[in-house]
Amino acid sequence: MMKKYMLAVLVDNRPGVLTHVSGLISRRAFNIESISAGYTEEPDVTRINVVVSADNETELEQVKHQLAKLVDVIKVVNVSATEHITRELVLIKVRATSETRADIINIVNIFRAKIVDVSPANVVIELTGGQKKIDAIIEAISDYEIIEIARTGAIALSRGPIPAKKM
Amino acid sequence: MIMNGARAVLESLKREGVEVVFGYPGGAVLTLYDELYKMKFPHIETKHEQGAVHAADGFARATGKVGVVFATSGPGGTNLVTGIATANMDSIPLVCFTGQVGNPYIGKDSFQEADISGIVTPITKYNYLVKNVDDLPSVIKEAFFIARTGRPGPVLIDIAKDVFAAELDYEYPEDVRRRGYTGDFTGDESQIDDVVAALNDSERPLFFLGGGVTLADVSDDVRAIIRRVGAPVVTTLMGLGCADPDDDALFGMAGMHGSYAANMSIMDCDLLIGLGIRFDDRVTGVVEEFAPKAKIAQFDIDAAEINKNVRVDYPVLGDLRWSIPILKKKLDGSKADYRAGCAEWRRKMTAMNEEKPFSYKKDTGVIMPQNVIEEVDRLSGDDTIIVTDVGQHQMWAAQFYRARRPREFITSGGLGTMGYGLPAAIGAKLGKKEKKVVLITSEGSIMMNCQELSTLADYDIDVKVVVLHNHMLGMVAQWQRLFYNRHYSESEMNGHTDLVKLADAMGVAGCHITEKRDLVPMLSDALARGGAMLVDIEVPPEEEVLPMVPGGKRLDEMVLGVSE
Repeated sequence: MMKKYMLAVLVDNRPGVLTHVSGLISRRAFNIESISAGYTEEPDVTRINVVVSADNETELEQVKHQLAKLVDVIKVVNVSATEHITRELVLIKVRATSETRADIINIVNIFRAKIVDVSPANVVIELTGGQKKIDAIIEAISDYEIIEIARTGAIALSRGPIPAKKM
Repeated sequence: MIMNGARAVLESLKREGVEVVFGYPGGAVLTLYDELYKMKFPHIETKHEQGAVHAADGFARATGKVGVVFATSGPGGTNLVTGIATANMDSIPLVCFTGQVGNPYIGKDSFQEADISGIVTPITKYNYLVKNVDDLPSVIKEAFFIARTGRPGPVLIDIAKDVFAAELDYEYPEDVRRRGYTGDFTGDESQIDDVVAALNDSERPLFFLGGGVTLADVSDDVRAIIRRVGAPVVTTLMGLGCADPDDDALFGMAGMHGSYAANMSIMDCDLLIGLGIRFDDRVTGVVEEFAPKAKIAQFDIDAAEINKNVRVDYPVLGDLRWSIPILKKKLDGSKADYRAGCAEWRRKMTAMNEEKPFSYKKDTGVIMPQNVIEEVDRLSGDDTIIVTDVGQHQMWAAQFYRARRPREFITSGGLGTMGYGLPAAIGAKLGKKEKKVVLITSEGSIMMNCQELSTLADYDIDVKVVVLHNHMLGMVAQWQRLFYNRHYSESEMNGHTDLVKLADAMGVAGCHITEKRDLVPMLSDALARGGAMLVDIEVPPEEEVLPMVPGGKRLDEMVLGVSE
């Protein structure tokens, strides 16, 4: 049974580092669910959030060790092993006519999502949440015509005051 | 000091103690070669960039120093790829400098442009693209540090053409500061205590030595540990030379073409102590049934090697330079009589080895390839470096040559690169001029980089080239005999090339040996004479490398027997 794990990979912010990390994951035949990267509280450190699926802890340890071996990688933390908060951002562009617009707004309100762009033919919905919530709104809205979807991939922080770099 | 980037590269090499560069010039590195010319920096120009990188690799393996390569952009860089992958698989420290097209031309599909740092990312320990001349000193300092420390490996520095000409105020940094790579690889001593405790409880311990023992230069301590414990010892291909060949605890190489006793000892031991070995598929046989009765201890510098292929009960994570002396001290201080404890186990292995040693049919009228290796062993004596190519001859060399010391058996283990041998032998000889260097190769392998025969002649490099010529791609043909109904698909080598004439045309003396009675006198003359020499020896076409563990079989399911 494959299980998903959220890894926080702290790396030196250098050219090519994202390629090094994602290339390693694919050539070692690990399964990657999502990957996202961004700046952190330190200007020269990038945090890469990787969701990998693995059969067991041994396989997960392999992923962690192979990642940690990269010269640019400062630290790899299995955030899933801590109490943590996961969030993902999604933007959904949906066809909206005068007949359907009210129903769509209804769904948006139920999910506490936001409408961030409106045109005569469509709306763009923004929602932040866990993966299940995002999957649920996509399911609910799919009765209407979804034009396109952009998702950021999951990011996560542990609860409490201790940062990943000190774990 | 104000200087240009090219000069800064060479000044940095001097500070790193680089004795010689292997390379080939071209458009993007003209400025670099101009400074090399002015500084008279020692440089060996091979005939192909692949030759340069294998030569640097052979130099690194023979000396333990970092091998250095220069190549130009585009094809210069891509010709390095096989050599970099070869070094990477066997953890050999290299720093390869490539020229890149000038900054304004990068990304425009310019003439001789290739994204070499992108291409080599999966096969380098690290790599750089230098676009700013001020970055050069710190990049080079880091590159050598990363290449030689920890688990060694190749590093590539790609430098934009205009960077070589640009000026900088040169200062070479004292040290390297990387948050994710400190170069400190000491570990947790209690892990070594666990191994000692396991050894105290073990009735049938076995030492399994790999290339890491060579890379860490700890074979003296390892030999002392082996003498202290008295347990049987087996090695991987890369571990040949780590144990004393005259120690009767040594049962040779294990794995696909390992000795009967070595493979049986793995199947029967109750504690397997792996030192610097990565349990690659060629030594484990079917991995689920590797060492089924044993607890496994693994000493390794690389955390990612623990539990990668086999389950490990007692990992000792850290540099063998740190862990092996501690293990030795703990064992020396122990009151246990290990030798007596495993005497019976060792007697059993000795009996097995005597029953089924590496063997071949001796009463034939033709020159047997295994006999050639035995004669090379006998005639060349101590202070010899054996270099091999890849295939049957490589396995016979591993089985029948008694490597005396580490760094004296040089072979492409992990990648299995045909064409590696000749250039690697060039590098080994230049690194160890006081040693005799003998290349064991075949007519298939040598043709892959035969152009380097002229490098031998042009630089007057004394390498003896012994060709086991069976008119077959021997290992391919062996598999075709065993598993493909003897369909010799493209494995017969009945071409018109006369290797002695080829050598002669390139300036290397050569001779054919076809008669059995000529082998010893002619081989002995060839090995004794000064200067390079190619000896083309006719051996039978259908000889097998045995024993053999077929793919997907356990180590005790060897195909045995003396080949006809």
